[in-house]
Amino acid sequence: MNLTRHWIRYWPWLAGAVLIVLPFVYRDPYHMHILIQILIWSFAYTSWSMMGRFGLVSLGHGGFMGVGAYVTALLWNHLGVSPWIGIPVAMTAAALLAMIVAYPCFRFRITGHYFVLVTLALSGIVLQVITATRDYTGGSLGYTPDRTRGSHLLALQFDDKLTWYLIALAVWAVGLAIWKWVDGSMDRYALEAISEDEDAAAAAGVNVTWEKLKITLISALMTALAGALYCQYQMFISPDTVSGISVSLQMVFAAIVGGLYVSLGPTVGAVITILLAEILRIGFGTRAVGWDNLVYGVLLVVFIIFLPKGILGSILDRWKTARRA
Amino acid sequence: MTDIFDIYLLEAMVNGILLGGVLALLALGLNLIFGVIDVTWICYAELVMIGMYGMYYLVQVFGLPYYVAAPFTILLVAGLGALLHLLVIAPLLSAPPINQLLATGGVLFVLQSFATVAFGIDFRNLGIRLPVLKFHDMHFSYSRLLAFAAALVGMLVVYFFMKKTYVGTAIRAIAQDRQIMALMGVDTRRIYLITSALGGALAGLASCLLVLQYDIHPFVGLSFGPITFLICVLGGLGNFVGGFVAAFVFAQIISLGGLFSDLEWGYVLAFAFFIVMMFIRPAGLLARRS
Repeated sequence: MNLTRHWIRYWPWLAGAVLIVLPFVYRDPYHMHILIQILIWSFAYTSWSMMGRFGLVSLGHGGFMGVGAYVTALLWNHLGVSPWIGIPVAMTAAALLAMIVAYPCFRFRITGHYFVLVTLALSGIVLQVITATRDYTGGSLGYTPDRTRGSHLLALQFDDKLTWYLIALAVWAVGLAIWKWVDGSMDRYALEAISEDEDAAAAAGVNVTWEKLKITLISALMTALAGALYCQYQMFISPDTVSGISVSLQMVFAAIVGGLYVSLGPTVGAVITILLAEILRIGFGTRAVGWDNLVYGVLLVVFIIFLPKGILGSILDRWKTARRA
Repeated sequence: MTDIFDIYLLEAMVNGILLGGVLALLALGLNLIFGVIDVTWICYAELVMIGMYGMYYLVQVFGLPYYVAAPFTILLVAGLGALLHLLVIAPLLSAPPINQLLATGGVLFVLQSFATVAFGIDFRNLGIRLPVLKFHDMHFSYSRLLAFAAALVGMLVVYFFMKKTYVGTAIRAIAQDRQIMALMGVDTRRIYLITSALGGALAGLASCLLVLQYDIHPFVGLSFGPITFLICVLGGLGNFVGGFVAAFVFAQIISLGGLFSDLEWGYVLAFAFFIVMMFIRPAGLLARRS
């Protein structure tokens, strides 16, 4: 009994140590690439779930991600601003955008369907602006940050996968830490109360607008960071891969499949979705185009109907009831 | 100089009105579903996309004339709407509303990728070229005029169906009070199914009209889907008249914005207008003050 308790307490550190050591032991470039992608997207999905778990379903996160990626790349290419400065600027821009849209939303009690559709408009705007300013952003053909020769710390460009793996791992861990921090804070209870009943929460002395705004800003900042990281790692961004409604839906999908209410849920979602896409791609080659989304879509519907807590959430629930019994 | 400018302006405005007709039709279908079942079909435009493929196959592959293929397509999409309700929405009716919205988001993925897998990503079109009408130096495409007229007729038919028939009355009654109508002996499940089929049929009609103006590809839904949602919200979800007015307002903004700059800026302008309006009139353009 005592042993299991210790194990539960220390396993995150153990798992973290294993993840840090892993690339020094095993470094197949293809598998590293998959792992880095999983980590970056896990971070993005975690950022979405920060809001989503409190019933604030946003389809605007594709917009925040697009702002994060494009602002960083545009500053680097046109003004020569290092991503070390560009990324904070991009994150601030995304946060401002979030504020402009979210503050009136929360102030005027735009919730539920309406909130989803307003945020949908936001990601639509970002997508259209990127496409419309094609002279600067390359439009729907995509955009590539200027390359430096070899690895360059100032330009945040690295040739080796190892560095990227460690960066992505660190950012992902920070994402989980923020999740845990929110989970253990008073804000969590306030936000849960708000998602149950706004009027009751307000009557109980919760500052509804401010609480919602806080979590939205955190979520938007993290999402923009994910977008910028994705851009720096892939060195190619296009409106379809980092912004717009399909990216927003992809986040929702992964977070729900993995489990919205547990810290590692979005990560599990990212592992499942990315592995599924890769397996289909390897197994079927170009014939697989479309199949991955077909499977995602069916899974999403099936999960929402039968397992709304997601895979990890449901497993943990089972485990807890089994332990109690 | 000013004369020429005014002609262009007028042309853009008339084209805006014509675009508004089809948008109003799309918004009507979505509003109907929302007003009665209290569900947002995020995949609505994808139903239209499937209908467009239906038209393509009926006309190009099976060689049916356009006007014969159209009723089949409308029936097909109506069936899809009913199926969507039975398979996805019905099991989720008592779940939180957000879950239903997200489940139809899953259906959006399914339909898009189904079309990619089944039909490929090539652009296709009907190969029907309708003439362009010339009137006082202004050009209007015949297909838009046809779409506008058919959309108006479709909306009138729905209006009389809702006002004059027993089922229509039941649908309106349910939209007013979901719980009570079940007690009054109205079979809610049957009404929901009929409404879903009707919403699907409107999507089918829209697909018959849009297929004349757009090339068909699996992602064509994205070019009018988001706009349709915004129109519905702008008009007030479930508010038929509001949706109708909002469709024309939106179409004018897109058309006039596109006149002064690129078409994308027309959309940006329309989206921005939407967000501003959400704050001025959050419950819709024609919301009744409560």
